[in-house]
Amino acid sequence: MFDFSLITTWFDSLLRDTLGLGDFLSILIECVLVGVIILAAYAIIAIVLIFMERKVCAYFQCRLGPMRVGFWGLLQVPADVLKMLIKEIFFVDKADKLLYMIAPFLVLIGSVGAFAFLPWNKGAAVLDFNVGIFLLTAISSIGVVGVFLAGWSSNNKYSLVSAMRGAVQMISYEMSLCLCLISAVVLTGTMQLSGIVEAQGDAFGWLIFKGHIPAIIALVVFLIAGNAEANRGPFDLPEAESELTAGYHTEYSGMGFGYFYLAEYLNLFIIAGVAATVFLGGWMPLHIGVAQVDTVLDYIPGFFWFCGKTFLLVWILLWIKWTYPRLRIDQILKLEWKYLMPLALLNLVLMTVVAALGLHF
Amino acid sequence: MAVLRWKSVNSIQEQNKEDFINMANLIVFAILAVVILGSAVMCVTTTRIMRAATFLLFVLFGVAGLYFLLDYTFLGAAQISIYAGGVTMIYIFAIQLVSKRTLQGLTERVKPGRFVSYALITLIGLVTVIGVFLKNKFIDMSAQMADVEVPMKTVGTALMGSEKYQYVLPFEFISVFLLACIIGGIVISRKE
Repeated sequence: MFDFSLITTWFDSLLRDTLGLGDFLSILIECVLVGVIILAAYAIIAIVLIFMERKVCAYFQCRLGPMRVGFWGLLQVPADVLKMLIKEIFFVDKADKLLYMIAPFLVLIGSVGAFAFLPWNKGAAVLDFNVGIFLLTAISSIGVVGVFLAGWSSNNKYSLVSAMRGAVQMISYEMSLCLCLISAVVLTGTMQLSGIVEAQGDAFGWLIFKGHIPAIIALVVFLIAGNAEANRGPFDLPEAESELTAGYHTEYSGMGFGYFYLAEYLNLFIIAGVAATVFLGGWMPLHIGVAQVDTVLDYIPGFFWFCGKTFLLVWILLWIKWTYPRLRIDQILKLEWKYLMPLALLNLVLMTVVAALGLHF
Repeated sequence: MAVLRWKSVNSIQEQNKEDFINMANLIVFAILAVVILGSAVMCVTTTRIMRAATFLLFVLFGVAGLYFLLDYTFLGAAQISIYAGGVTMIYIFAIQLVSKRTLQGLTERVKPGRFVSYALITLIGLVTVIGVFLKNKFIDMSAQMADVEVPMKTVGTALMGSEKYQYVLPFEFISVFLLACIIGGIVISRKE
């Protein structure tokens, strides 16, 4: 299996031994480099996802989507990004300008922080604490504050209504999101993301095979709650354009709006990535217990396994988004507090019984 | 001879490494301290209550950063999740429930007569903190601690175990207490 730590150790020894830099300089260079790579990957994946969304949505509606800019519309999204970058940023009268400026960054911090936790390959996890999953959910919850402050500081009643809705919805759905992750932690016995991936390396060791019924329930609840947490799909009523113009980012232009847009798509990717890591084995190839087949599958780098699984889940989430009509706010809250959360709690008990009695594969 | 020289070089490198780690810790600590103190002062001095809540959020982030600096990632994660995702949001919701007019232009001047009592209360607080700090010898204790991340299993068994120095009773007590709070909140907010 391709181990990414080969590259990192080579680079580290290049800085330390070949170039003879001290500890301080080499660690500084490595940290800056990793940060730049994360931000670049964040932006590139956002562009890919926006293009994917437009094309997938078009084909679900029997349209072609963007076709004119570049071959098959490939340059459409870069053109949109360029437009957004050169747009004027204006301020709303009598709005709290400081909070208006801070809000998009808070949303972005939560999103980039969670993004940095995704394990891309063996040895290619940027943040890998022993409280990994817990810290991931903690950091991603910063985004709620950003969404609320954006709506509040816009001095616009539609934005405020939307921000209230968004905050209530995100706080509610965080419950079942975390409960599903906890049931995965119960089965693997570790909160470290790399440890969770390593625990799924046996034959049919992915958690949905290993934990059968409770794991499948957890995955489904996780995807529903994650869709709501990212304010997408049938749960996008903070941005219900027919009632609230554009929701909490109505008053933002240029890159202020661009940050919210980025964070929305990357939250979709993070939800899919975490689901792929925790329930579908992350970068771990599918092992079926036959040594020859396993060796062949191991030759595919973990990076491709991770991206394949993640984009499959992204595609499923897009499918859901373009299939179901939007819910009302009371229906959303009822769905969470009356159905999903009790289901997730019962599922946690079921998973604990399965793990304690060793009923898993 | 060669072995001896290699050893001495090695120990010098070790020494350098330790110095470097101390140095880096100090720099990060200084940055965090500036963030915490600056945000705290801004939080108290600003006249807009929503800004105060936001600066409070930054103070809490800074404290979480200190926990990460001490390699206690579990407490840092709990700090971010409870204070950023929970407490600050509840403050913000509570601010939203207050009428907008009562919040606008709400300022209070410090009267000279009450200044003495404020100073006295601050002094009492300072003396208490210093007393606890000196009595418990936190710095000596932390110097003895190994500089490693506390494993999650240790934290978990300490929280849920029923042996000596384990906390299952307070844990259960707090969970029952929180349940009572939730039920109380529902009872208050019900219309009939």
